Amino acid sequence: METLRTGARAAARGLALGLLNPAGIAMILILFVVAKRSAGGPFLDQNLLHAVLIAVPLTCVVVLAATITPGLSRGIRRLARLTRRMVGAWCGVPIAEPYLDRTPRRKDPATWRDVLWLSAGSWLGVLVAMLPAVLIGVGVIGFIGSQLTGAIPPPAYPGNGTVSIVVYGAGFIAAGLYSAPKMLKAYGLLAKSMLAPTGSAALERRVEHLSQTRTETLDSGAAEIRRIERDLHDGAQARLVAMGMTLDAAGQLIDDDPKAARALLIEARDNSAKALRELRELVRGIHPPVLADRGLADAIRALALDTPLRIQLSSDLGARARPSAPIESAAYFAVNELVANVSKHAQASQAWIDIRHDGGMLKISVTDDGQGGADPNRGSGLTGIERRLAAFDGVLAVSSPPGGPTAVTMAIPCALS
Amino acid sequence: MRVVIAEDLFLLRDGLTRMLEAHGLQVTAAVDNGEDLLTALRGDPPDIAIVDVRLPPTFSDEGLRAALRARKENPDLPILVLSQYVEQLYARELLAGGSGGGIGYLLKDRVFDSAQFVDAVRRVAHGGTAMDPEVISRLLARNSGDGSLSALSPREREVLGLMAEGRSNAAIAQRLVITERAVAKHTASIFLRLDLQQSDDDNRRVLAVLAYLGG
Repeated sequence: METLRTGARAAARGLALGLLNPAGIAMILILFVVAKRSAGGPFLDQNLLHAVLIAVPLTCVVVLAATITPGLSRGIRRLARLTRRMVGAWCGVPIAEPYLDRTPRRKDPATWRDVLWLSAGSWLGVLVAMLPAVLIGVGVIGFIGSQLTGAIPPPAYPGNGTVSIVVYGAGFIAAGLYSAPKMLKAYGLLAKSMLAPTGSAALERRVEHLSQTRTETLDSGAAEIRRIERDLHDGAQARLVAMGMTLDAAGQLIDDDPKAARALLIEARDNSAKALRELRELVRGIHPPVLADRGLADAIRALALDTPLRIQLSSDLGARARPSAPIESAAYFAVNELVANVSKHAQASQAWIDIRHDGGMLKISVTDDGQGGADPNRGSGLTGIERRLAAFDGVLAVSSPPGGPTAVTMAIPCALS
Repeated sequence: MRVVIAEDLFLLRDGLTRMLEAHGLQVTAAVDNGEDLLTALRGDPPDIAIVDVRLPPTFSDEGLRAALRARKENPDLPILVLSQYVEQLYARELLAGGSGGGIGYLLKDRVFDSAQFVDAVRRVAHGGTAMDPEVISRLLARNSGDGSLSALSPREREVLGLMAEGRSNAAIAQRLVITERAVAKHTASIFLRLDLQQSDDDNRRVLAVLAYLGG
C-alpha cells in the first residue's frame, strides 16, 4: 500500500515537474495531437516524427524570445528558480543557485543554461519525469477505461479478450507506479546537470561573495575605528585635558586659597570618574570584558541579566570549547542587537535564546513572544546583522508573522577550540 | 584590621596599600596574581581580602575565580572584589558562593572617595555587603517593570537602592539627610510592599533585598 502511494505521488510530481517545463508542455500537446490523429492505428508513425520536428525548434524559439524580451526574462529566471526548489523538495536533489549577483542577466552564462534546460535540453528529462504518469494514464484510460465505458476506442494491441486487456492495463499501471520514484530521481539528476552552477560558475560566485563581504568588512571596520577615535577625542581625551588644567589651577591656588584649590581638586576627581565611565562604555562597545573573560554563553547570560526582558538562555557550549574570537564577537553583537530590537519593537514579555554547536555550525536562535511583523527587507537592523555575518559565511533567517512570535536564527560555520 | 590585596598593576597596588594604611588598616600581603593570593589566604587568613577581577596569567577573570575558590575553602572569609567594570553575572556568583555575608563588589572608581571606600572595606570585613551602585541601579532598572516595585514612592526606591548597596540605616540617613527613624519607616514600608520578611539583622536585610531584585 505504501509502495503504491509513493509510486502514485512520484508519478504525479513527475507530471507536475514536466508541466513546469515548456518542453514538457510541448510534449504533452504532441501526445494528445498524435493520439487523436492516430487513434486506432499504430502509435509510432510519421505523425509523431513530424510533431517532434516542429515542436522542439518551436519551444526553443519561444523560450529564447521570452529570455530576450525585457519583461519576460525575469519570468524565465523565476521558472528556473522554481524548478530548482521543486527538484530539491521532490526529487531529493538540492541544486544551488548559479547566478552572479552583480552581472546583468543577459551576460550571466547561467541564464543561457537555464534557457537550454527550459527548451531543448530537457526533452529527455521531461520524458523520463512524465513517463510513469503517461504509463498509468494509458493503463487506466486506454485499456481499462475503454473496456468499462466503451466510449474510448481501445488502442491497437496484440491478442484480444477482456482478460488480456485487464492484464495489459494492470501491467502498464504497475510499471508506472514502480518506476515513478526512480524516474523522478533521474529527472532531478538531469536537471542538476544543467541547472546547478558549473565548477567555474561556483568559483566565480564564491569570489564575488568574498570580494563583496571583504569590502563591507573593511568599510565597517574603518567606520568603527573612526567612531572610536571620535569617542576618545571628544570624551576621555577632552576630560584629561580639562583635568590637567584644573589640577594646574589648583596648584597655583593651593597656598593662597586652599578652599578654592580643594574645590578644584574635587572637580578634577569627578572629571576623572567621568572619563573612566566613558572609557568603560567605549570598551563595552568594542569588546565586552565578560566576553573576553568567559566566552559567548556567559557574555550573553550577562547581557540577559542587564535587560528588563525575561530571557531564558540555553547553551551547549562548554567553558573550554570556544569559537574563534572574531566569530564570538560577531555572534555576541548580533545577539545584542537582536535583544535590543526585541525590547524596543516587539512588545514581548519573554524571550528565549538558544546557543548550540553542531555539524560544524554555531547556531543561535532568538525567539520572543511579541507581536511579530519584523521585516528583514525594510531597512531594519536585521540587514546589518546579516551583512556582518556574511563575512563569516554566516546566514540569518527570520520568521515573524504578524501577531508573532518572532524567531531569528543565525548559523555561522565554525570550529571550536 | 588585617588586609590582603591582590592587584597586578603596581601603581594601583601601591596606592591602595598606602590609602588603607593611612586609614589605620594593616596590609599584611600585597600580591599580583591568583595563586599567590590563595597561598596568602591559606597561610594566615586576614580579616578581608581585596581582589582585582583581572589578574595574570590569563588576564581574564582569574581574580574572581581565585576569590570564589577562597570562599569555597573558607566560607566566612570576607572578600571585596574590585573591577574596572561590573557585571550582574559576577555579582550573582559572588553572592551565591560562601555563607552570604562579607561580600563586596565595587568598581575601581570607588577608591576615589577614600572615606567611603574604607567604610565599605570595614563593612565587608565585619560580615556586611557592599554592592556597587552601578550594579544596583542596573538591577533596579531591570526590575522597573515589576508591579510592586513601581508601587514604591521615589524616596522609597532611593532607600531601597542604598539598602541593596549594603548600607546601614545610619548611613542611609546621613546620605539622604533624613533621620534614622524616617529611614526605618521607609524600610518597613518597603518590606511590607515587596512582601519581604523584616529582619533586625542588617546583612540579612540586604541579602533579602538583593535576592528579590535578582529574581
